[in-house]
Amino acid sequence: MLWLGTIIEGVLLGGLYALFAAGLSLVFGIMRLVNLAHGDLIVLAAFAILSLTTWLGFDPFLAALLAMPVMFAAGFVLQYVLLNRTLGRDLLPPLLVTFGLSIVIQNGLLEVFTADSRRLRLGAMETASIDLGGNLAIGVIPLLTLGSALAVILLLNLLFYRTALGRAFRATSDDLEIAQLMGIDHHRIYAIAMGIAMLVATIAALYLGIRANFDPTIGPARLIYAFEAVIIGGLGSLWGTLAGGVIIGLAQTVGAKINPEWQILAGHIAFLAVVVLRPRGLFPRALD
Amino acid sequence: MLETRGLTAYYGDFQVLYGIDTTIAPGETIAIIGANGAGKSSYLKAITGLIRAEPASVRFEDRPIGALGAANILKLGIAMVPEGRRLFSSLTVEENLLIGRYGRDTDGIWSLDAIYALFPALKQRRTVPSHSLSGGEQQMAAIGRALMSNPRVLLCDEISLGLAPIVIRDIYDAMPRIKQNGTSIVLVEQDIVQAMKVADRVYCFQEGRVSLSGRPAELTKDQIHLAYFGR
Repeated sequence: MLWLGTIIEGVLLGGLYALFAAGLSLVFGIMRLVNLAHGDLIVLAAFAILSLTTWLGFDPFLAALLAMPVMFAAGFVLQYVLLNRTLGRDLLPPLLVTFGLSIVIQNGLLEVFTADSRRLRLGAMETASIDLGGNLAIGVIPLLTLGSALAVILLLNLLFYRTALGRAFRATSDDLEIAQLMGIDHHRIYAIAMGIAMLVATIAALYLGIRANFDPTIGPARLIYAFEAVIIGGLGSLWGTLAGGVIIGLAQTVGAKINPEWQILAGHIAFLAVVVLRPRGLFPRALD
Repeated sequence: MLETRGLTAYYGDFQVLYGIDTTIAPGETIAIIGANGAGKSSYLKAITGLIRAEPASVRFEDRPIGALGAANILKLGIAMVPEGRRLFSSLTVEENLLIGRYGRDTDGIWSLDAIYALFPALKQRRTVPSHSLSGGEQQMAAIGRALMSNPRVLLCDEISLGLAPIVIRDIYDAMPRIKQNGTSIVLVEQDIVQAMKVADRVYCFQEGRVSLSGRPAELTKDQIHLAYFGR
């Protein structure tokens, strides 16, 4: 029964990693942009939510809802004004620019919010759990995290496969030159994609801030988990990204169960094992 | 309607077109023939905005459009069937057709139903991924995709390349119906016989220049041979 609890905990933790990774996966899938500032943008969103809760006294969920359109706009502008200029045949410029952006965001947040650890407060709900009997209980917040991850990935898939915008996303990803011939303004498409990635990042930030302490410098560590989830799942596959998140979450909780020191290491080992066995990930979508 | 005047084009420092003059009237079909590397595809790319040209060197209804990007060119009503079909591989056949009207959603005779009536083979296969189509079906889908924007000028780049003669005939049989509502067509073809059959006028390109032009009936084999090969 103890192991069952560990496994449930791992799957639920995977929901958080999937939320970290979904935006990264989306952006990479559409425009082959590796956004090294993704983790820092999540932390930025967490501070945005924190500001709304402390200054205006909102509940974190309401604050996240209000932060979402702001983060969408920020993502849109960031892509349209800055990142679109870096995209091209050479993969290096976007890496350098997003790496620099990561440093700028971290230092900007340090200036404004100092290096103190923060947390989003929810009161009793933070520790609330559902009793399953037999010494098993599921935390409400972890359950909400996984539920949100499932909902996000389901909605993103509906967007991708059921709407005209989704067709334009896939067409642009398939063949940029021909997409332009179809009248698709790829710069605008990329900006919308980054805006959506920031919407998802805001949801990720909400759960990150409720479940653990955060400070301006923790972005890169979140980025690693997100990367691993994307690679395990296979580039460009959103369900794969969810699976990747769950695999890392499981490996971490099982590793920690065996020996608490192994938690982080076990996640990375699971990642390396998948890369060795399936170099293209579990569910590769892109054929090229 | 569509005109190029002294059109030049470059890939980086490398010049590929050296002053191309062409005109296309409404409802007219012209064919561009020429050997590999003569500049036929570059000519289409310059018109569609995939390579930028001098603003006044491409004119559409007396508007200079040479400097516009591809998305804006499509909005004017100039659509292209690219060489090698290049359907979107992660989209189904029907999605490929639908994306054809993403940038230009205008009323006109071309709709999904009209495309399926033109190419019945596509209708049965509309839900399959585009890469599982045969070469001929892919070409039909690529033509349908371009028609979905109800273009006023349809540019076709090597639509018979790599297809069996019987399939080529099927595809060319559709041309009269495409022309019916006054759509102008520019055919880039290596198959001279095919081009001569359907075109009102022919331009022959050689090394980035127009080496010959005229109505098919007025051109002799020797003239074409000389214009095509240069000797």
